[in-house]
Amino acid sequence: MRKGLFYGLLFTSPAILGFLIFTLGPMIASLVLSLTDYNVFREHTAFVGFDNYSKLFSGEDELFYKSLGVTFYFVLLRVPAVIFISFVIALLLNLNVRGRALFRTIIYLPSIVPAVASAMIWMWLLNPDLGLANSLLRWLHLPAGSWLYSEGSVIPSVVLTTLWGIGGTVIIFLAGLSGIPKQYYEAIEVDGGGWYSKLRHITIPMVTPTIFFNTIMTIIGSFQVFNEAYILTQGGPNNKSLFFVFYLWRTGFRDTEMGYASALAWVLFIIILFFTLIVFKTSKSWVHYEGGERT
Amino acid sequence: MFIIPFVWLLRSSLMDLSQIFTMPPEWIPKPFHWDNFHRALTTLPFGTFFTNTLIIVVSVLVGTVVTSSIAAFGFSRIQWKGRDAIFGILMSSMMLPAAVTLIPSFLGWKMLGFYDTYYPLIVPAYFGGGIFNIFLLRQFYLTIPRDFDEAAFVDGATYFQIYMRIIMPLSRSVLIVVSLFSFLGSWNDFMGPLIYVKSDSLFTLALGLQMFQGTYTAQWDLLMAASAAVVLPCVIVFLIGQRYFLEGITLTGLKG
Repeated sequence: MRKGLFYGLLFTSPAILGFLIFTLGPMIASLVLSLTDYNVFREHTAFVGFDNYSKLFSGEDELFYKSLGVTFYFVLLRVPAVIFISFVIALLLNLNVRGRALFRTIIYLPSIVPAVASAMIWMWLLNPDLGLANSLLRWLHLPAGSWLYSEGSVIPSVVLTTLWGIGGTVIIFLAGLSGIPKQYYEAIEVDGGGWYSKLRHITIPMVTPTIFFNTIMTIIGSFQVFNEAYILTQGGPNNKSLFFVFYLWRTGFRDTEMGYASALAWVLFIIILFFTLIVFKTSKSWVHYEGGERT
Repeated sequence: MFIIPFVWLLRSSLMDLSQIFTMPPEWIPKPFHWDNFHRALTTLPFGTFFTNTLIIVVSVLVGTVVTSSIAAFGFSRIQWKGRDAIFGILMSSMMLPAAVTLIPSFLGWKMLGFYDTYYPLIVPAYFGGGIFNIFLLRQFYLTIPRDFDEAAFVDGATYFQIYMRIIMPLSRSVLIVVSLFSFLGSWNDFMGPLIYVKSDSLFTLALGLQMFQGTYTAQWDLLMAASAAVVLPCVIVFLIGQRYFLEGITLTGLKG
């Protein structure tokens, strides 16, 4: 239409400028910084080429591998748990039960609680001596746990606390479920199929695009967990919950090694990109779009 | 499972220390210690923290709603060369971890002399208001029939008039969704203030609560009362807007 290009650019210019100033610019700056030894308190900054990266991968920095390991373990544990549990909850909420809206609200509510507040609630629920979790276990004559305070259980415990905030994922699953045409289920009923055939042959295939979306978002989010690490554990015990972004923050802002921390950030970016691409690649074989390919 | 932590928080915030630790746990405070809230909120200047948080939240909200809806209009209701390519590039930036831009952004704001101010937390919201919000609004705008614009054009309306008079009034519900996301996002933001704010007098609720936790580790009654006070406004705002919120997410095409 008339002067489309001029008006198009005019309306989108804040967003485009924002992208250039707050995303692309810092991205390039971060790449350059990662090739220097920039430290707030060092007089001179030198260009060190790939020294930061070789220091990372050579094993000289033990904490790098440690934090990578912690983060991978967390992602591996959390992503399937989030997807499976939120899918099951969404299926239950999608049933035609009384009070569905209320349940939906209750499930969503925890995900709006500020991270600091929810961390404090969980620190207390999981307190080994005084927490509700252990009181219940003792009452059931089960062995009590040390939760966030032992090397073995700290990551599963953090996963547990983040599962409380699963509501957003559930809602997106519900949106996916509500988009399935009712006729499909009626067809299965005519053929005499029960709930299992419905789930197996209609619900799951039809909801694969949503599973795909949620999986990507959960992976991206899980790799970047910070608040829980900072508030719940500060990386302890014995660095067993030294999450990657927490380690990055500590390196950059507490130790002020900002060149080195920028290299850490780029490693994280490449890792996230890699896993996202893998999910994208494999999605061709398991994601079904109604009416052919759609992206 | 989802409600128990809330109940636990609320009951503990109204008990005295000895009752909190009674075994087996009791669920009803006896008596109700309403003064916990008063004590918790006066130990630290939570009033100031509240005002600070409100200043940031409102500023971010205005910037987000205005610029993201304008951008979404440009990306959906105006035809222009390169539009979809640029939108694609912006969308792909959602995959970029915040950590990558964190350090240069910090150094940039510091160089400009804006460390320990709210500018780093507020200004970015006035430049597009987040690509996810633009995406949500664009998806919605694409469902509005084009005939509306055509008819307005024939009557001599400008793009800006179409945006103000036709598109905005039709997108009330999705704008509420964007506002809620924006409100919750900046109310709950922890890392942003942690990095940019140094002075106690500029602390937000999230930072204040964290500081409170460090100082009063053993005062569980006060800790729980303070947490409840921070959670409550979120819950109220959510309950008011939840009808739009939950349905808005559904209708804006997050179906994949």
